[in-house]
Amino acid sequence: MPGSIKDRVAIVGMGCTKFGERWDASAADLIVDAAYQAYEDAGIEPKDIQAAWLGTATGSTGMVLSEPLRLQYIPITRVENACATASDAFRNACYSVAAGIYDIVLALGIDKFKDSGISGLGDGGSPGPSHAMVAESTPPRQFAMLATTYFSRYGLSFEEGKHMIGRISWKSHQNGMRNKNAHFQREVNMETILNAPMVSWPLGLFDCCGVSDGAAAAIITTPEIAKGMRKDPIHVKALQIAMAPRDGNFNTKYDFTHVEATVRAGEAAYKEAGITNPREEISMAEVHDCFSITEAVTMEDLRFSPKGKVQEDIESGFFDLDGKLPVQLDGGLKCFGHPIGASGLRMIYEMYLQLQGRADELLNPGFPSRQIGNPKLGLTHNLGGSPDGCAIFVGIVGLPEV
Amino acid sequence: MAGIVSYGAYIPYYRLPRSVIGNMWGGRGGRGEKAVAGFDEDPITMSVAAGLDCLKGIDPKTVHALYMATTCAPYKERQNATIAATALDLPREARNTDFSNCLRAGVSAMQAALDAVNAGSLDRVLVTAADMRLGGAAGGDELAFGDGSAAFLFGNDKVAVEIEGSYTLSDDLADYWRSYDDTFVRHWEDRFGREQGYMKIPAEAVEGVLEKCDLEQKDIAKVCLSGANARTHAALAKKMGFGQEQIQDPLLESVGNTGTAQPLMILVAALEDANPGDRILMVSWGNGSDANVFRVTDEILNIRDRRGIKRHLEIKKTLDSYGRYLRWREMISLAPPARPPAGAASMAAQWREHASALPLYGAKCQNCGTPQLYLSQSSTRPHVCLECGARDQFEPYRFADKVGKVASFSHDFLAGGVDPPTTAAVIDFEGGGRGQFNMVDRETEECEVGIGVEMTFRKLRYTLGAHTYFWKCKPIRD
Repeated sequence: MPGSIKDRVAIVGMGCTKFGERWDASAADLIVDAAYQAYEDAGIEPKDIQAAWLGTATGSTGMVLSEPLRLQYIPITRVENACATASDAFRNACYSVAAGIYDIVLALGIDKFKDSGISGLGDGGSPGPSHAMVAESTPPRQFAMLATTYFSRYGLSFEEGKHMIGRISWKSHQNGMRNKNAHFQREVNMETILNAPMVSWPLGLFDCCGVSDGAAAAIITTPEIAKGMRKDPIHVKALQIAMAPRDGNFNTKYDFTHVEATVRAGEAAYKEAGITNPREEISMAEVHDCFSITEAVTMEDLRFSPKGKVQEDIESGFFDLDGKLPVQLDGGLKCFGHPIGASGLRMIYEMYLQLQGRADELLNPGFPSRQIGNPKLGLTHNLGGSPDGCAIFVGIVGLPEV
Repeated sequence: MAGIVSYGAYIPYYRLPRSVIGNMWGGRGGRGEKAVAGFDEDPITMSVAAGLDCLKGIDPKTVHALYMATTCAPYKERQNATIAATALDLPREARNTDFSNCLRAGVSAMQAALDAVNAGSLDRVLVTAADMRLGGAAGGDELAFGDGSAAFLFGNDKVAVEIEGSYTLSDDLADYWRSYDDTFVRHWEDRFGREQGYMKIPAEAVEGVLEKCDLEQKDIAKVCLSGANARTHAALAKKMGFGQEQIQDPLLESVGNTGTAQPLMILVAALEDANPGDRILMVSWGNGSDANVFRVTDEILNIRDRRGIKRHLEIKKTLDSYGRYLRWREMISLAPPARPPAGAASMAAQWREHASALPLYGAKCQNCGTPQLYLSQSSTRPHVCLECGARDQFEPYRFADKVGKVASFSHDFLAGGVDPPTTAAVIDFEGGGRGQFNMVDRETEECEVGIGVEMTFRKLRYTLGAHTYFWKCKPIRD
């Protein structure tokens, strides 16, 4: 029987840079900014860090971290798991503390894409039989297929389907514009969203998240040590990874209206955290809205909405900041941004701030509060890959007493 | 006696009306339309398409050679025929050969195939002829040239068309030519080519073959005569003593002048309507002339399910944009793409994994019977069954000849390429198995979950002077 991480580790400090097109900052600048925010938040010195886990999709070796931070000969592991990279770095850091090997560790995620000269991600271009993948495939193409089949299977007209996913992006912009560290802070109306140019039919420009620069960090320790460090440590309740066999493009059983690895990781996380009714028990969530349709099916895969019925919850505002289960409180990947190797820790950062009642530390002046009332449990979710095959992380953090 | 056992043809889906070209350049443009190969087609892919039509219901492993004819081979050095033969799933022992450099190359390939079968050195030989000669913008060749292909299978058994006689004249009369440095065909003064060449030499060849076979003009049911121009074509037929009803339509108005493929395509069209016992005369032209007399047998009635010329003429889409045509033919300088170029294709990986790339083999699990493709960037050969988990208990299973239904799709505007958007589709094959492929020859508005598709062999990428070929899918239209 696998063990459980529930209440065995605590987060005592976090930091997150402003995400976006950081023409002004190098990867090293971002790493130092996020790490020192986390040190300061935890009230520790760099020398207190006993080990570190670095999440990045682009750098190689732990020296990406040790070099700018001048960390002195401690163990550092570089982790890569596509868009679940930062969450997996966090997960491994948590396990080392739960195993009793270290007292205080650092998990940091970083990616710096905007020096590449292109919008979006490149092709990767790894060697191999070049006919094997549909050449020059793009992420929007792969996720658009979720929308195509979802609309077809559940009988949504093109207009109904577009409105449903457009409403998701509208909400992200509503939340993102309140956040001074978000990549996109502009309000966007439904008309603009629905009439935007197609990127990969039926996904338009506003159905796609941007690619950003940014870094985020967490300091992890035991619940006992945490009590002595601050009055409001946040506990880890569940950490789950599910790796798909990537057979959705070859196995006729895959229906292209859900992501099986999300279902598996979600159920495992609920079991680990002792949750039976996630729609009622989870206070808030940051999920992997790389594309608007991804958020829609994730709501069903995590049992926030009944299968085939997410449209009702989206259109009724159930997932809005003032709804019953707010999702993407900081703007999500869509508006807060998506530096791949940092996104998972950014999500945990938002849960951490909300659980501590500190969300308005990032409030854009002149906007109404972005702090939600009395959250107890926050869920984060990453999808690394594409619907036919991906690495999924589902984590739950919460107040110690929950 | 050796003869034609099966025939097939291919005409690309897109047709460019000559009026569209005329509108662009301010001229009349001329009558009819020309067939235009898609941006991802070339003589290799069109040879495969005609070959597939010809080999309908025939096991490709029983074919012992592919003779592929074209004047527009993508490679000067690398056997074009073997790429097409492998895609068609001919055996590795096949004695493939490229025939090239002359508009009579297709007919030469037919004659060589007949000789090889008659000599007993090969049982079955597939001949394909395909061309897509490029005419310079605003010139006469741009209006005249069309793209297409034809295929014939030669053998000893169930012969549908026998050969009665053959007569060849070789003559280095260069009324047109194209050196390795030329993109476009060059012409000498047209009256020279017409008066000393086309109007004389084929007539001599016809006279030769009729005398050899002891036949007269009236014994011929149809004449399949090559020709670049409808007016001179009709004039030559008349001069040779044939009546209008004996002349098979040279397809100039509906397809255009398809070069090496032209006499073979005209012959396919004639065979589609031929009756057992009919004599058909095929006459080629290009640095000489070949005249061949064929006699149709009862077997012709058993191979009438080919798409051939007739059905391919009906499967079409009018290309109303001259700009799109220019773009496909790389005749115009485009704005550079906003994305970095993809990495080069690996020759080593493509050779190792060629069974999935060219004949589109997947695998079928011998333990649970599940057909499956495995197309990943690291490998295309499955080891562990995706259904039952059995290790390495697979037999080869070909997907190229299976039809399927669209499980999902998207029109990708981000990927760029020559003809955006790129349509990608997940295909569930009849009989089991799934794969993701690009979709071509489709209208974006007709794409829906559940529509039927077939596989088509196309160019996928071009890096370091080498083409990567792979299969795509297209809507079934008959």
